[in-house]
Amino acid sequence: MGMFILRRAFSSVVVLFLCSVAVFAGVRALPGDPALVMAGENATPQLIAAIRHQFGLDQPLPVQYADYVSQAFHGNFGISTTDQIPVATILAQRIPVTLELAFLAIVIGVLIGVPAGVVSAVRRGKFADWVSNGFGLIGLSVPHFWLGLLAILVFAVRLHWLPASGFVGLAEDPVENLRRMIMPALVLGTGLSAVLMRQTRSALLGQLSEDYVRTARAKGLSQRAQIRHALRNSLTTVTTVLGLQLGALISGAVVTEQIFVIPGFGKLTVDAVLQRNYPVIEGVVIVTVFGYVVVNLLVDLAYAWLNPRLRVAGASR
Amino acid sequence: MTTVLEVEHLGVTFTTEHGPVLAVKDMSFALAPGEILALVGESGCGKTVTAMSIPGLLPAGGVARHGTVRLAGRDLTTLAERELESLRGKDISMVFQEPMTSLNPAYTVGKQIVEVIRRHQTLNRGQALDRAVELLTLVGIPDARRRCASFPHQLSGGMRQRVMIAMAVACDPKVLIADEPTTALDVTIQAGVLEVIRTLCRTMDTAVLLITHDLGVVAEVADRVVVMYAGRPVEQASVGSLFAEPQHPYTMGLMGALPANALRSGERRLAEIPGLVPAPVDDPDECQFAPRCPRATERCRTERPLLRALGTDHHVACHHPGREVTSD
Amino acid sequence: MSVVAAPMPVASVRRGVRLRRRFLRRPMAIVGLVLVVLFLALAIIGPFLTPDPLAQELTQTFASPSAHHLLGTDDLGRDELARLASGARVSLVAGVLSTALAMVVGVPIGLASGYFKGWLDPVVMRLNDTVLAFPFLIFAVGFAAIFGASLRNVVIALSIGLLPTIVRVSRGEALVLRELDFVGGAVADGARPAGIMFRYLLPNSFNALIVQATVGIPTGIIGEAVLSFLGLGVQPPGASWGLMLTSAQQFLSQAPQLAIYPGALIALATLGFNLLGDGLRDVLDPRERR
Repeated sequence: MGMFILRRAFSSVVVLFLCSVAVFAGVRALPGDPALVMAGENATPQLIAAIRHQFGLDQPLPVQYADYVSQAFHGNFGISTTDQIPVATILAQRIPVTLELAFLAIVIGVLIGVPAGVVSAVRRGKFADWVSNGFGLIGLSVPHFWLGLLAILVFAVRLHWLPASGFVGLAEDPVENLRRMIMPALVLGTGLSAVLMRQTRSALLGQLSEDYVRTARAKGLSQRAQIRHALRNSLTTVTTVLGLQLGALISGAVVTEQIFVIPGFGKLTVDAVLQRNYPVIEGVVIVTVFGYVVVNLLVDLAYAWLNPRLRVAGASR
Repeated sequence: MTTVLEVEHLGVTFTTEHGPVLAVKDMSFALAPGEILALVGESGCGKTVTAMSIPGLLPAGGVARHGTVRLAGRDLTTLAERELESLRGKDISMVFQEPMTSLNPAYTVGKQIVEVIRRHQTLNRGQALDRAVELLTLVGIPDARRRCASFPHQLSGGMRQRVMIAMAVACDPKVLIADEPTTALDVTIQAGVLEVIRTLCRTMDTAVLLITHDLGVVAEVADRVVVMYAGRPVEQASVGSLFAEPQHPYTMGLMGALPANALRSGERRLAEIPGLVPAPVDDPDECQFAPRCPRATERCRTERPLLRALGTDHHVACHHPGREVTSD
Repeated sequence: MSVVAAPMPVASVRRGVRLRRRFLRRPMAIVGLVLVVLFLALAIIGPFLTPDPLAQELTQTFASPSAHHLLGTDDLGRDELARLASGARVSLVAGVLSTALAMVVGVPIGLASGYFKGWLDPVVMRLNDTVLAFPFLIFAVGFAAIFGASLRNVVIALSIGLLPTIVRVSRGEALVLRELDFVGGAVADGARPAGIMFRYLLPNSFNALIVQATVGIPTGIIGEAVLSFLGLGVQPPGASWGLMLTSAQQFLSQAPQLAIYPGALIALATLGFNLLGDGLRDVLDPRERR
């Protein structure tokens, strides 16, 4: 197990390095000059040159990169070109917001999707199955940003239950925070739940026809216990799917943050790319890659824990 | 003879998209405590369906069952699923053919044994685990306590089957149904597993219904035999009687096909029974073995032979049983 | 899945009839077909039957439905139905073109990867997985930043997003088909790899690929809508369902219907293709039992 983690950690570092180089070069290839952006509309060439020199943009690329890496190790990711705030600070503010959104969305998605999938599989062909399937299909077809608009229309504009947009920090005021996060989280979560429902259903159906479930029945276990046996072996599929959906979740977060005006990581990314805010872009990519690597590692660990065959390497007969 | 299991006129019909399938037409037999009854027949004769239908393990939809199955006097066919659940694993348990897939790969072996113990008995986890270790030792698995923490994929096929047997006898059942328990195992392992079944049966006074297509297995462990053909019993006898004097042409055909017999009689080729098992779609009033029988007469084609006693504890369903001279 | 070693027109016609009958037996698939046909009608014929979607009548903003404007007008007095029809056309183009592009590029890559295996396969699969796991929207934003925001760039970005799944499916087909005897026979006869892939692997993958097409088109439709919504696709004053939702958000209290129409159409079009795809998959590729 230890070797496994070590190997993964090593390849993660490699990936991190490659990505940072790629994005560093790639971002410099974007059209548009950050010095120009920073200098503003009526800047003189001297001002632009001075800014360029101040930010080291006139150095050769490898030097810029080495500089960046050494700074990064000290926690200094540079300064945002648009508002002069340290990138690290911006990241520290924005990441938790999106993390909270993603966390809530995952919780909602799992709490709705997995039980729906189980019900659908167990009551296959009956009414509950049809209903669940219907919801699943609709959830997959309806564009979730439209759902967001509809939710605002119903809950904010018509019923005045929830605010239409904006954000309040969790630490400041948990209630207000949740009031603003509940709609975006629901919107993101229902999309996820549709996918999870389908996957859980097909995985469980597959497992329920396996021999060991027949053994469980022959042992006198109740139907609930039999389902538990089958579900245990379906979880690996579900976890894998969840891992794969994280990319989609981040995409969804981008749009959702835009609609509900939530100052999160997704919105930061979009704005930074559109504004050619190099330091922020680089910081965003580093964090994203790091996040991916960590999440992938967690998913692999979860998978190994769920599937005992993977744990003890080479011991199967 | 006191009986613990009585099957009377059991019939099972499946409704399929191609019409009804009469898998079992009219099975009757009885088991006494501590005895091993072998149910023998070719694939497709309905023996597995018979076995599965006794504890009510057939799927719920599209299956019609008639007849009675009495376990210690109680008719199992009248019980609801909930009631059957409390009997399964406790009074009547099963061992299946495929040790590879019959255990849940995600749970340890110990956990799966403890599960059945705690389902039917009030033991705490520690006591149940001790009992599980005891059972594993009983079925001949070395280093039992450590083995409890193993996962199924870490055990060999023979060991897995022993675990299945341990699970099945954990609550001291009255009846153990073993459906082809050694078919999927290497020949060298088979004897060991059969020995486990026989020892447990004797010591715990469990009645065993052993389903098999292998006459060698029958000879090795069974006390009594029922030979099944096309959903019906064609011959019933004690093991000694059956092998010494088979009465039904089908039984004789099965024995003739044994390599040992061929060797003994000096034949070059294994004697086959020509023809195929009839499709289980109808049940005409005739002997279903007639098309393949070397001594079939007109009577065989128009009148179904009933099971008749022929000497002590030997029953045959045939119009022309016994050692007649046959011509191929 | 039938395997065709040489073209057999008679057999394939009979098979077509059988498949059509199986398809018609599924109500959900028929619903999907109907929705798709309606969508196509709106997209192709609609713009010819409706007034100019760009014509503004600033005195007639947020009008209710009337004989002149069947669904009313939007915030700049433009005919809503005309804009919806125009948007349908945009969605159709985006969905179909992006899927087609992804297939033209992805199928050869996938087939080659699955057929040749060797060192090519792991490399392709790694790249594929990386692209697949990357959040599409962030990539699309970057793409738009570099190349500009337009429908054309949206289509290209979408096709890149659809690429990994197509590659994976074609690779899967190739892996299975290469083991079959008729391929071995062709190789023994001296057929070249390109010929084998084109004449044997490709036709026998049609079923799976058709299913992928019906999945790709709705993905493309939603993708275009999202990107236009964010301002990265069709630019105003052009009409796109996603763009219409952007402006609708501002006027949610005054004219909620402007937010409902485009979104509902997106949902129905996508639902239609998804149902159609499900039906086709059950009929053509019944390996996956539901």
